[in-house]
Amino acid sequence: MSDDNKPAVKRPATPVRKQASRRKFIRSVVLAGGVVGLAMFGYVPVANARKARMRPPGALEEHDFLSSCIKCGQCVQVCPVQAIKLDDIDNGFGIGVPFIDSRKQACDFSCDAVQCILACPTGALTYIKPVFADLREGMKLAHAPVLKAKEKDPEPTLNLKERTGVARLSRPDACLAVQGKGFKGQARGADFKGRMRYMDVDRWKPIDVRDHPYERDICNLCVSECPIKDAITMQETVGADGVKRYRPTVLEQCVGCGVCEMICPVEPTAIVVDERKAWGA
Amino acid sequence: MMGAFDRIKVMLGADPQKPVEFTPEARQIHDLKRMSKADFEAQKIHAREHQLVTHKWRNRRWAVLLFTNLLFTFSFWLDIQLLEGSLSASRFAGFHLIDLNSALQVMLAHKHIIVNLFIGTATVFVLWAALGGRSFCSWVCPYHLVAEWFEWLHLKLVDKKLVSDHEFHRGSRTVFWVLFSLMALISGYTVFETISPTGILSRALVYGPSLALGWVFLLLTFEVVYSRRAWCRYVCPIGLTYGMVGAISPLRVEYRLEHCFHEGDCRKVCLVPHVLDVVIKGRAADKRMAIGPDCTRCGLCIDVCPSGALHYDVKGLSKLL
Repeated sequence: MSDDNKPAVKRPATPVRKQASRRKFIRSVVLAGGVVGLAMFGYVPVANARKARMRPPGALEEHDFLSSCIKCGQCVQVCPVQAIKLDDIDNGFGIGVPFIDSRKQACDFSCDAVQCILACPTGALTYIKPVFADLREGMKLAHAPVLKAKEKDPEPTLNLKERTGVARLSRPDACLAVQGKGFKGQARGADFKGRMRYMDVDRWKPIDVRDHPYERDICNLCVSECPIKDAITMQETVGADGVKRYRPTVLEQCVGCGVCEMICPVEPTAIVVDERKAWGA
Repeated sequence: MMGAFDRIKVMLGADPQKPVEFTPEARQIHDLKRMSKADFEAQKIHAREHQLVTHKWRNRRWAVLLFTNLLFTFSFWLDIQLLEGSLSASRFAGFHLIDLNSALQVMLAHKHIIVNLFIGTATVFVLWAALGGRSFCSWVCPYHLVAEWFEWLHLKLVDKKLVSDHEFHRGSRTVFWVLFSLMALISGYTVFETISPTGILSRALVYGPSLALGWVFLLLTFEVVYSRRAWCRYVCPIGLTYGMVGAISPLRVEYRLEHCFHEGDCRKVCLVPHVLDVVIKGRAADKRMAIGPDCTRCGLCIDVCPSGALHYDVKGLSKLL
């Protein structure tokens, strides 16, 4: 078509309609890219694991948990102490997924039945892990945990097979027991909103921790308030100077419920639960 | 004639086609309408006298939508325990109900379906197959309601020529549906839930406000200043999931050719005007036409029609009665 003798044919301008539909198409592609891109952004907080969250009891391992959780919050609704909260959009794919902030409100198993697991419709929280699901070594409990509150019941154990984490005396120097000190008063002060079930008050009605003051010659709240039998003990040693020394020691039956972290009267807490940590890891 | 398959194609993004064949009754009505303009007007005025333009269905729908969503809220707040959970999954008086799109995302991401998940999903499938599929959108979805309110603002601004509506290709929603399904399948995360305003709003209503509401507000702003009802029209895969269920639903809006004077009010209020393509003069292949599966059964067209050409209909029921 490069015949120089022929006059140049003027191409007709793109019809308005064609142009409009092209614009519409480009807009749509931009929209698709934008929305999908924004959604994928949700991966960033997950990849960074910016906030290591403690999941409710019976949770699958993190990746499986995030994929199976339908973000309905039924676990939140059944918890008698409202320990379970839902994450926000700053946690990306973790939006709407339940977690527990033990220092604010720990799970004290005052429901006796791990109702959150019962409530979960998708098996993100489950009594029995599916065979294909990963389970790190040290997550499985050596044997069914005995709930102190149910010790006298015909079935004293809790229907829980894996831990949610492990407690650790993170600041031994700050621990009152290690310092040989006692404790008297409200464990977390008058403003603390956390609640707990006290068997000597009411088995089925948790009360505010601030309404249940303590008096101890040697502080042992983390040990005495632990809801699980043989999960933590106060180790006593006699030093060369003949003085008794104390140290709370976490045992393998620790399920990582976080009551010790909530009740520790030291600020910041001397004992923490390492979320999703396996025993011995 | 446009079959069920063609209607699904339109839902997925294809343009509605003009019919090639007409039933004799439809042809007769189309021919009758080629009367003189004066006669046509007289008939129109006559029809209007027998019809009231109200907000009947809109009011009922808003009441149902608010009631349903507040039932979630109060079940938790007041511990009534009637409807526990949120829209993605709940228990009504103990029975599992699971949102179809959320269930799909979880099944694709997790690749493991436990009994309760299956029961809840199957129940909701049957429920919405009976109730019209996308009726979930207009009668239950909380984002639909706030988007309706912001749409009113958008239309005001359009009137004042301050903004204009930018359309996207309707097929984008199908692309989103496929992309989000693939992302769930490959990544193992329920990616769509991160940005789903339905889930965000429903959780906010039950569990209190969240930062995520900022995202919902951004979406609404986008709809006000740039594109009318963009999320529901061009993005939301939930709508398409329920639309596919609605394709087999007996409950739909029905168009009656003989009552229609082709004024087009219905298409102006409709969220998905492509389903009302049949109301354009000469497009109805039959004298009774079922409106396609993409219809949210919101009833705005029924309310607005000045001559009563659109009504709710249950397939087969009118024959039975």
